[in-house]
Amino acid sequence: MTDATYQGGGNGSSLVASDARTKRRNASEARFRIYGLAAIGAGIFFLVVLLTAIVSNGIGAFQQTFIEVPVYLDPAKLDKQGNRNVDDIKKVSTFGYTPLIQAALWQQVQNEGIATDYTKAGDMKALISASAAAQVRDWVIAHPDRIGDTVDFKILAASRVDGYLKDRVSRESIAEDKNIDAGHLDLTDALREAGIVHKGFNTDFIFGSDASESRAEQAGLGVSMLGSLFMMLVVLLLALPIGVAASIYLEEFAAKNWFTDFIEVNISNLAAVPSIVFGILGLAVFIQFAHLPQSAPLVGGLVLTLMTLPTIIISTRASLKAVPPSIRDAALGVGASKMQATFHHVLPLAMPGILTGTIIGLAQALGETAPLLLIGMVGYIATNYPDGVVAGFMSPNSAMPAQIYEWAKRADPAYYERAWGGIIILLVFLLAMNVIAIILRRKFERRW
Amino acid sequence: MDAKLDKGTEPMYDAPLRKTDVEANATKIAAKDVQVYYGDTHAIKDVSVDILDKTVTAFIGPSGCGKSTFLRCLNRMNDTIDVCRVEGLIQLDGEDIYDKRVDPVQLRAKVGMVFQKPNPFPKSIYDNVAYGPKIHGLAKNKADLDEIVEKALRRGAIWDEVKDRLDKPGTGLSGGQQQRLCIARAVATEPEVLLMDEPCSALDPIATAQVEELIDELRSQYSVVIVTHSMQQAARVSQKTAFFHLGNLVEYGETSQIFTNPVDPRTESYITGRIG
Amino acid sequence: MPVLWLILIVLALAAAGFVAGRLRVTTAGGARPHSLPNYYGWNVAMKVMVPAFAALIVWLLAQPFVVNGQVSGMITEQAIPEGSTLGLVMSDVRRVADGLDTAVSQGIMTHEQAGSIRAEFTDIRNRLGEAGVALGSNVSAEVLRAAQKYRALNATGNLWMTIAVLALALAGLAWGLKQAHGEFRARNTVETGVRIILLSAASLAILTTVGIVLSLIFNTIEFFRIYPATEFFGSLTWSPSFGGGSELGIWPLLWGTFYISLIALIVAVPIGLFAAVYLSEYAGSKMRAVAKPLLEVLAGIPTIVYGLFALLTVGPLLLSVFGRDGLNWMQAGTAVMTAGLVMGIMLIPFVSSLSDDIINAVPQSLRDGSYGLGATQSETIKQVILPAALPGIVGAILLAASRAIGETMIVVLGAGAAARLSLNPFDAMTTVTAKIVSQLTGDADFASPEALVAFALGMTLFVLTLGLNIFALYIVRKYREQYE
Repeated sequence: MTDATYQGGGNGSSLVASDARTKRRNASEARFRIYGLAAIGAGIFFLVVLLTAIVSNGIGAFQQTFIEVPVYLDPAKLDKQGNRNVDDIKKVSTFGYTPLIQAALWQQVQNEGIATDYTKAGDMKALISASAAAQVRDWVIAHPDRIGDTVDFKILAASRVDGYLKDRVSRESIAEDKNIDAGHLDLTDALREAGIVHKGFNTDFIFGSDASESRAEQAGLGVSMLGSLFMMLVVLLLALPIGVAASIYLEEFAAKNWFTDFIEVNISNLAAVPSIVFGILGLAVFIQFAHLPQSAPLVGGLVLTLMTLPTIIISTRASLKAVPPSIRDAALGVGASKMQATFHHVLPLAMPGILTGTIIGLAQALGETAPLLLIGMVGYIATNYPDGVVAGFMSPNSAMPAQIYEWAKRADPAYYERAWGGIIILLVFLLAMNVIAIILRRKFERRW
Repeated sequence: MDAKLDKGTEPMYDAPLRKTDVEANATKIAAKDVQVYYGDTHAIKDVSVDILDKTVTAFIGPSGCGKSTFLRCLNRMNDTIDVCRVEGLIQLDGEDIYDKRVDPVQLRAKVGMVFQKPNPFPKSIYDNVAYGPKIHGLAKNKADLDEIVEKALRRGAIWDEVKDRLDKPGTGLSGGQQQRLCIARAVATEPEVLLMDEPCSALDPIATAQVEELIDELRSQYSVVIVTHSMQQAARVSQKTAFFHLGNLVEYGETSQIFTNPVDPRTESYITGRIG
Repeated sequence: MPVLWLILIVLALAAAGFVAGRLRVTTAGGARPHSLPNYYGWNVAMKVMVPAFAALIVWLLAQPFVVNGQVSGMITEQAIPEGSTLGLVMSDVRRVADGLDTAVSQGIMTHEQAGSIRAEFTDIRNRLGEAGVALGSNVSAEVLRAAQKYRALNATGNLWMTIAVLALALAGLAWGLKQAHGEFRARNTVETGVRIILLSAASLAILTTVGIVLSLIFNTIEFFRIYPATEFFGSLTWSPSFGGGSELGIWPLLWGTFYISLIALIVAVPIGLFAAVYLSEYAGSKMRAVAKPLLEVLAGIPTIVYGLFALLTVGPLLLSVFGRDGLNWMQAGTAVMTAGLVMGIMLIPFVSSLSDDIINAVPQSLRDGSYGLGATQSETIKQVILPAALPGIVGAILLAASRAIGETMIVVLGAGAAARLSLNPFDAMTTVTAKIVSQLTGDADFASPEALVAFALGMTLFVLTLGLNIFALYIVRKYREQYE
């Protein structure tokens, strides 16, 4: 082997020619890479499918079908005394208004000369949302002097009609439906041609309140959004100071002893306790034991605070740990006490990281559903706006995810659309929070 | 200075400089105009060197001089670093190792490597040594493999210490034993060249002496390239020495010549302790 | 809201104390005070607030017990209707008392009327109905008297509480102001106080755990008093009926939980693990910067979204393949498979980011060692990195399993409601968490076994997940130590 002539391989094998075994090994290498890529691809594929499902199913909720109709406010029906006294007018229930609206729409049909088999105003019922009568009544009570006039109203179409315009309802799908006939759909087509029925942006979906099970067209997320807002306020006001205080203690002051260890074990375990268990805790402690009001955003906020605290503590501690010890030494070196060094120097430097962690914790809390169901923050409660800030915390309300769950349970395609739409709104909030967190992190990130 | 000389002349670890006729051996690895870039940093500049078969070649120089980087070029370990780029020609037995058709995996089977820190896998001693032969398919059956493992461990001068506990984890050995296990692991794949990146820097003096003795024995079968921080070690174990400084190969020659009669003033400064 | 007012008064006293304490030191003259003036102010404020608020909290917690104890002594055995319990009567009492409060605040009754009204002469139910307080049954004389006593006791209690809290606040104010002189080491005192506050914030974690454990234990014991534990752990049937005669065996629920989690892990573990391996070993920094956050988006999506996705997208999709029009294995869209698949998707980022961390913790020297021997990357991964990372990965999988077991919304919406022991993954089944929700959100009375069983289920869930977590964290920690 010592002769200078051996060119092209010590063991007689050339580096350039790869043998069968190497080929096999390289093939298995390539396969393995493909598995990895496929796994990532699968993950991203699921994400895309999920987002597509959400957007394609939910975008319809932001559009709603309206009927523009001039309603004659018949004094003979609405104000029998004729003295325009609001108290007397209030005695007329929504049942008194329904025929007026139906007659108004029937009039429109006849005016437009639309050919139809229907013969009476009552047949228009299937087209009009049950909410229309209340809408007109509220308006009349606010403007009693207009009784006797003909006023243009923009009323909601029934959810079947709305579904028809959004291709959710077809002539086949209503074959067994008692509420609506194919003739109504023909009529809808004609009214749409005439510009009386049209789709428009659905502000009420974003700002409105929940409606009864049969009035999907009227339901909105606004009230439960407010419920979520009040809960988030509670979480922010409690979890941030408590979380920061606990983290400062554990990171800066805690002696290494069994008690500190015990706290640490508790925190890491609480971070992994299922959220529903926090719901049980809330039910037993805050409602059964402390008799706090059921379904109140205050209680929801307390439960979510306990749930998010471990997350916030863990991220806050990481931010505190990232502040180099030299800063502490420098402060102590000029005669500051440990407390002063922490509050004057370490905490401000860690603040961006703490806020980022808190926002992410809040986002997590905003999407949480299960514990809220147990303390009674179920969807159907969110029918009225709370009056005032105290009521906002104390009076029964729901939260966005619980409202979405309620809609999903109602087993009505019109409500499914709203549930998907609600998810779009929820995700927009979460996205905004995460973007803020990322911007904060980018802007204040410091490399030591 | 005095302390350094004292240490250097300490008889226990100082093997006499061997005058070996290394010129008789063939060139194993030939490097020509090698440049290495780390991102924008030019880490190795114009290095040309011929490494001989059945010879211990030492790379010395101050830290950051590029000696380890160059060593890692010789079996393309730098491929695993994204930002690293190698230019120039490096030939093993006349074949360009950076040729597109060359499989770095096959190359590394021929050019084994031992690292600064002993890095036994968290497996049994037996599995550590058997790992290379297994992936390269060197053994036909269990008996074959047993034989290869025993041979490698004997060659790594650690057989007697571990033969009764082959199924115990390799991480349980002492530092020196671990490093010899890693050397045994490297020779088990029957490489032609052994690269050693400061193999003794994490070891105590006794373990260092054992490993150095082993390196000297390995010379009979392999071409050994060792990067070292310690000039005494280079003087003890190598026949050829290359001195690197700031990414340049300053001087390359017989170890005895480098240490007694350096040509370049920088080499002299380093050897006498003025730079480094 | 008297408590709110009380809090505001104490806060105002504290603020005033702060200013006064500060002023006293700054205007005293003489030698330079030991601490900065603010510390003297804080010292006073702290001495006002801490004892007062502590007393307030203790009082608020203790008063309901004392009052309940006294009032429930008034209820005789005869007053408890057939099939009811003392607890139920007491909740009636509280409801009537609340109703009286509402009536008074609305001006329907005067304060004296509310205290002296007699069930014998007045129809309380109607009168309270006017105030918008709905009562289920008519109010018996005994309950009404108990309610009146309840109100009276609470009123006295509140009065004494106000006095006690204000007295403590004032005493604290005086004490703090007396200390506000130059020689007093105000900073050290304040810092000790702050330290105690920080410590109590940290101890809240313990309190939460204790709260969870106690609320589960007490209600579980209550449940086992009216429903035999042997039945709960022994019966293979789950059929609650609110009319009584329920069979509440936990096994069908545990089986459903286990089966769905298993399917979720079968989906999530290979995908998550391979993704983590690719991201940490192969992917370039650019791909990592894109793919890792994208995968983690899956973790940030609320579970209600996954639930809806299971119910309305995945369920119908599976039904079209495995349902009556296809293989006919599936009866409805909600099934173990539906929930399991969707939960698996949710867990992918969980497994991948945990495994990613763990794989990255394997020292580079092991990779170098393997490459140096001529191993390919996949050989290195399979034979060196993954075995070395195995304990950590097992820990990660256990954590994922605990997440799967505790997941609620996906199974509530996607798994169906039928409790059954079946091997067919296309059957609808239900889980522990789903049943906790359904048993506690119905109209059931809290004292019935059908509602209380939720606490026993919660206890089971808590013990299971806690065990898994502790074990997993132990493994992960052991693993970290190995390479530190």
